[in-house]
Amino acid sequence: MTSANPSSQSRYPAGSLAFPHRGLLGLAGLAPHEILFLLDEAEQWVELNRQPTKRVDHLRGLTIINAFYENSTRTLLSFEIAGKRLGADVVNMTVGQSSVKKGETLIDTAMTLNAMRADAIVIRHASSGAVRLIAEKVDCPVLNAGDGQHEHPTQGLLDALTIKRAKGDFVGLRVTICGDILHSRVARSNILALTALGADVRVCAPPALMPTEIERMRVTPFHDFDAALKGADVVMMLRLQNERMTGQFIPSPREYRHLYGLTLDRLAKAAPDAIVMHPGPMNRGIEIDSNVADLAGRSLITTQVEMGVAIRMACLEVLTRRARRMEGWA
Amino acid sequence: MKHTALTITNGLIVGRHGAPAKGAIRCEGDRITAIGPDVTPQEGDRVENARGALIAPGLVDLGVFAIDKPAFHFGGITRAALMPDQNPPLDRPSSVRYAAQSGKPDLWVHPLAAATRALEGQDIAEIALMQTAGAKAVSTGRQWVPDSGTMLRLLRYCAMLGLTVIAHAEDSGIAGHAVATASEMATRLGLPSAPAEAEALAVARDIALAEIAGARLHFRQITTKAALDLIRAAQKRGVGVTAGVTPAHFMLSDTALADFRTFCRFSPPLRQESDRKAVIEAIGDGTISIIASGHDPRGAEDKRLPFSDAEPGMAGAETLLPLTMTLVRDGVIDLATAFRLLATNPAQVLGVDAGELLVGHQADIALVDADKPWIVDSAKMAAAAGNTPFDRQGVQGRVLALWKGGAKVG
Repeated sequence: MTSANPSSQSRYPAGSLAFPHRGLLGLAGLAPHEILFLLDEAEQWVELNRQPTKRVDHLRGLTIINAFYENSTRTLLSFEIAGKRLGADVVNMTVGQSSVKKGETLIDTAMTLNAMRADAIVIRHASSGAVRLIAEKVDCPVLNAGDGQHEHPTQGLLDALTIKRAKGDFVGLRVTICGDILHSRVARSNILALTALGADVRVCAPPALMPTEIERMRVTPFHDFDAALKGADVVMMLRLQNERMTGQFIPSPREYRHLYGLTLDRLAKAAPDAIVMHPGPMNRGIEIDSNVADLAGRSLITTQVEMGVAIRMACLEVLTRRARRMEGWA
Repeated sequence: MKHTALTITNGLIVGRHGAPAKGAIRCEGDRITAIGPDVTPQEGDRVENARGALIAPGLVDLGVFAIDKPAFHFGGITRAALMPDQNPPLDRPSSVRYAAQSGKPDLWVHPLAAATRALEGQDIAEIALMQTAGAKAVSTGRQWVPDSGTMLRLLRYCAMLGLTVIAHAEDSGIAGHAVATASEMATRLGLPSAPAEAEALAVARDIALAEIAGARLHFRQITTKAALDLIRAAQKRGVGVTAGVTPAHFMLSDTALADFRTFCRFSPPLRQESDRKAVIEAIGDGTISIIASGHDPRGAEDKRLPFSDAEPGMAGAETLLPLTMTLVRDGVIDLATAFRLLATNPAQVLGVDAGELLVGHQADIALVDADKPWIVDSAKMAAAAGNTPFDRQGVQGRVLALWKGGAKVG
């Protein structure tokens, strides 16, 4: 329903097999085969990352700027490693949220970055839609590393890749996403990716943390975690985003754990081979117990981190093909 | 100021009811002195030939956020009620008096007195002094008065002074920092949102309080079916409550927010399609009796921002008349009703002798071609800024000439 945005519209002739999007602002505009293409492209980088020498020179000479307007450790690190392993020059710009939230500064900064002739810009920002705003002002591909409560597309892709490698197929797969759905961009990108690929997605949260009309995104909403877990093949836990909450959403952390904490007992209600995922950082003992988070063979939380680097390498490599004048893409 | 007599001939005069009738209108000084089919120019009159165009009352725009003369004149607006949401707010007699003089002679500004000091919703402002200084009504601004006791005292006080209270209908506890209506659109875009019922809750309370106080209450913008049902019922039992709306809320629904279009950020926010249809129905049955522009020109520094950080509001003065004309062409209202919504009824809320072509009234006259097609172009607007969601849209209806107090504008 979100109409096509100008910055991701195809500039390739009809019939071309090239990836038609200029940047990656969200998964909302991607067709299922385009999502699968990125997952497939990432497989080679999973292999590379397991070699002693983890470096290629595909992006040699290109400059990637990571502009992070919101605190991040793992996503920033993941993008930095991804760019460096592809041979690009990677520059990080982390800006305290307070100094650039208002005014033209955001667009001015975008135009400054553009004038420095970056070949790709990775942006994280606390406001929904901020990344698109910047993308409209720059000439190079823009990758959304999380904008407000809107989307976090590389997280959605890396979670899909993790699930694909563990479960093989998405069609009919029962995925339960539990936690602060309302404030979660991770949930939105996961819902978009997994429903597009045919999974049966359930979302579970207390009413105050459940977005309005979420069922219109082709998911089944639950308030009862035990019911949502029944027969689930994938259990994805989300962090309580206290920093985004205005007003009281839950009475206390221990009450939250009582209703929505993933314990070993609760996990037993899911399918016997259900996998456990969490985008991190975890609040151990609140939304997930340590003995679940560290459950060998079932918890894929560190695998997610590994897949994150591969997915980001795939996105950077694919989106810079046009700039690198790759045959069939230029 | 010296006025010669003026006669506008060969026009179609817009009356209170019915189809416009062929005739002429004559003004002496700043007043209308004759009107009808038999009126002819007298010797020495300046004569304007309307060439079959509509002779209509100048529009009275109830609730604008800036004094933007070029835009108002383009839109046929001769009087504008200025919202108290200024910097500083219109909460003192001196600022009210200043604002009241700021548009003269060719635009009359009717300041709306801030209901509470600094519009903070706590202490009632010096309303009687502001009335003496020229305030024609009282407004809570773009926000709700959260304390019911304060609101009741305010309504009682204004009832005593004979002033209408113009309220903003959004329960602030529910609306919070929301920038969109809770819906599929807000969910997909990840925008802070609040249920549309925040409006009905505010309306229910304020109607109850107005009934106790015997006050006249006007909601500047009503945008949901639930709130309109409450107002319709209250009007039926004789409560002095009226409702208005801006064209954005009968033209657009929240699907317009796609791609984070900040030109579609309003307060209250755009609603879902079913509410938009309910607004049109309420205009048709008279529950909504006023259409205003909510004119609020905002430059890039306020609008080229992430959606949640952008300021609400649109530059609406130029499109007020043509967008209202879409309701006439769609058969929702007739032409006479359109001008009652745009001029007569808002003048009545303000208690000013305007908004209708009557002998003895101020000669605020617009010559209108109701069918003239044109294309809205945000880059070429008369307004101080081009923040319109209707850019590149074809519309019909344009003001050909405008007189304020018998003097031609422009």
